Amino acid sequence: MVHTVVDRGTVGEASVFRDTYLKAYRGMVLARVLDDKLASLYRGGKIHGGVFLGRGQEALSVAVGLSLRKGDIFAPLIRDAAGRLAFGETVLDAVRTYMGSPLGPMRARDGNVHRGRPREGLFPMVSHLGAMISVVNGALLAHRFKGKAGTVGATCLGDGGTSTGAFHEALNQAAVERLPLILVIANNEYAYSTPTTSQFACENLVDRAIGYGVKGHSLEGNDLDACLKTLHTAVEQARSGQGPQLVVAKLLRLCGHGEHDDSNYVDPRFRTAPHGRDCLKVAEEHLLQQKWAEAKALETWRNEAIQKVEEAVAIVQREPTPDPYKENWCALSAKHLSEGYDEP
Amino acid sequence: MSITYLEAIREAQAKALADDPRVYIYGQDVGAFGGAFKATKNLAKEFPGRVLDAPISEDAMVGSAIGAAIEGMRPIIEMQFADFSTIGFNQIVNQAASLFWRTNVTCPITIRLPGGGTSGGGPFHSQSLEAIYAHFPGLIVMTPATVEDAYSMLLEAVAIDDPVIFFEHKYLYYHLKAEKLPTEAMPTGKARIARAGRDMTIVAYSAMVHEALAVAEELATEGTEVEVVDLRSVKPLDTDTIMASVARTGRLLCVGESWPWGGVTAEVVARVSTEGFDLLDAPPQRLNAKDTPVPYHPNLWAAHRPTARSIAAAARNLLRL
Ligand SMILES: Cc1ncc(C[n+]2csc(CCOP(=O)(O)OP(=O)(O)O)c2C)c(N)n1
Ligand SMILES: [Mg+2]
Repeated sequence: MVHTVVDRGTVGEASVFRDTYLKAYRGMVLARVLDDKLASLYRGGKIHGGVFLGRGQEALSVAVGLSLRKGDIFAPLIRDAAGRLAFGETVLDAVRTYMGSPLGPMRARDGNVHRGRPREGLFPMVSHLGAMISVVNGALLAHRFKGKAGTVGATCLGDGGTSTGAFHEALNQAAVERLPLILVIANNEYAYSTPTTSQFACENLVDRAIGYGVKGHSLEGNDLDACLKTLHTAVEQARSGQGPQLVVAKLLRLCGHGEHDDSNYVDPRFRTAPHGRDCLKVAEEHLLQQKWAEAKALETWRNEAIQKVEEAVAIVQREPTPDPYKENWCALSAKHLSEGYDEP
Repeated sequence: MSITYLEAIREAQAKALADDPRVYIYGQDVGAFGGAFKATKNLAKEFPGRVLDAPISEDAMVGSAIGAAIEGMRPIIEMQFADFSTIGFNQIVNQAASLFWRTNVTCPITIRLPGGGTSGGGPFHSQSLEAIYAHFPGLIVMTPATVEDAYSMLLEAVAIDDPVIFFEHKYLYYHLKAEKLPTEAMPTGKARIARAGRDMTIVAYSAMVHEALAVAEELATEGTEVEVVDLRSVKPLDTDTIMASVARTGRLLCVGESWPWGGVTAEVVARVSTEGFDLLDAPPQRLNAKDTPVPYHPNLWAAHRPTARSIAAAARNLLRL
């Protein structure tokens, strides 16, 4: 039997855990503030195309980002603002990509959540769900070829994404190669409007783990405590050679699929169910109850996050927009092999 | 009353479901939600059990449609975006496209591809994939440019016994309106003279027809009469109508929103050059998107694809040749 339950004793000293928790909480706040700002920019017509938020999924996402270290690989998905920031992405990178700044990592060529810095281990997603998992596998294979030991790769997916062939092929591939992959599934009840009942028929997605011969972990995705501990365990197990880890979190998306979507299809019972609680509120209560922080401190942190995001937005708003005449219209690195199709 | 391109697609599906019990619709979020673009709005309610939400499994969506078609159904598959049809590519080009040729059993499936660029769509929500599907024998590829064609060609797609790729342009969804739905239609395989003219022919399809029409309007003020041919379907391609137009004008510019290598514009130019060389007073021209993925920022996107401006420049250049 490969399933593990949340192991509450592996993170070590209580004070160390408290520090991690506070760091995670602040990361969640920053992500939430960033998301809120992106939503308001969207409503103000300042963002081209869609806006996809991670509201309600910050605890899980931040735990993924924090459990990784430099040299690891992270391929986040649409609802991972928190995990990206925790892994080291800057607010500026996020805002520049959303606002289409040519100075951002995607140079206005790609936008919104399709951003990353591959050389820094942060892989930029393509839209096609499931497609990033095998790419992370490949990076881990390369680490093995190069004798780079002790690194892991994490990637995230939704409940809907598990229906892709890409998910199944890549998880099996990772299992066969016993790669240090951590595949994190956020089961948030819906894929756009589609409920999980139309997506899969198994009792719990973590049951997929046993079928592929990988370790499975399940947890409440709005409980930061559980997220930190489970991800810590999963990452350590992957790092120590125990093969791929499938982590399945139950939570609720507390926003539309994108900001264009009012998500009126969500069953109201979920909103009042335990997993429908806002992870940020849950963490806040926990902090106060443990006396790890005072209400005043929470407010200060929030204000600091707001300032950080506002500063980034102010910078990006002053930046130039991309100039098609200066754009290098070439998709090949080998310029001499580019055909260059001149305009008539 | 006015009806949009998108509503016409919904109405055609409603009629197909009403007229033929073998028709069903399958795709992500097409049920109660009515689809990402609302092309199946209320259809699940009006036709219980015949409009089904699919898992995010494009390969299985197409594969199951092929199986159902073998057993006599006439499925309509909605891809959420054309770009995601590449996940179902194998089933489309290898299985659906070859079935009749291999077995003499038909494969009457319709695959709807909401495609083409919109502002801010980016590289994976903007693609125009008609050419890669047209490349494979055994598929029909429709590219309606008008509300009327969106309606009547989709109905025809469902009625045709072969697999049809129905490339519907997202940019036209809300922009394009007509007074009413058509009661009769030109058959698929016939191109349409969208505007008559004697000085040059612009061949276009899908959203580019409207850019070409805008150019024709503009050049008319300069005394140049542009004839605009709307291909309607890129496979079959109506060579006769194109050739007849070029015979009248002597000049050809073919415009497509997809990439320049190969593709529809190259096919049109190749046919006219080989079969109608004598008709040409100037070298035939073509204009496509640039040879990079579709960029996200509107500034870049507007320069990446042909627009009325770049088409007008190409047209003026052609007049001087
Ligand atoms: C292969 C593929 N098909 C369709 C889509 C369109 N699409 C984007 S997000 C989405 C729903 C994703 O649901 P889920 O995986 O549960 O993630 P969530 O949005 O709930 O975080 C769909 C269908 C896609 N991105 N990729
Ligand atoms: Mg989901």
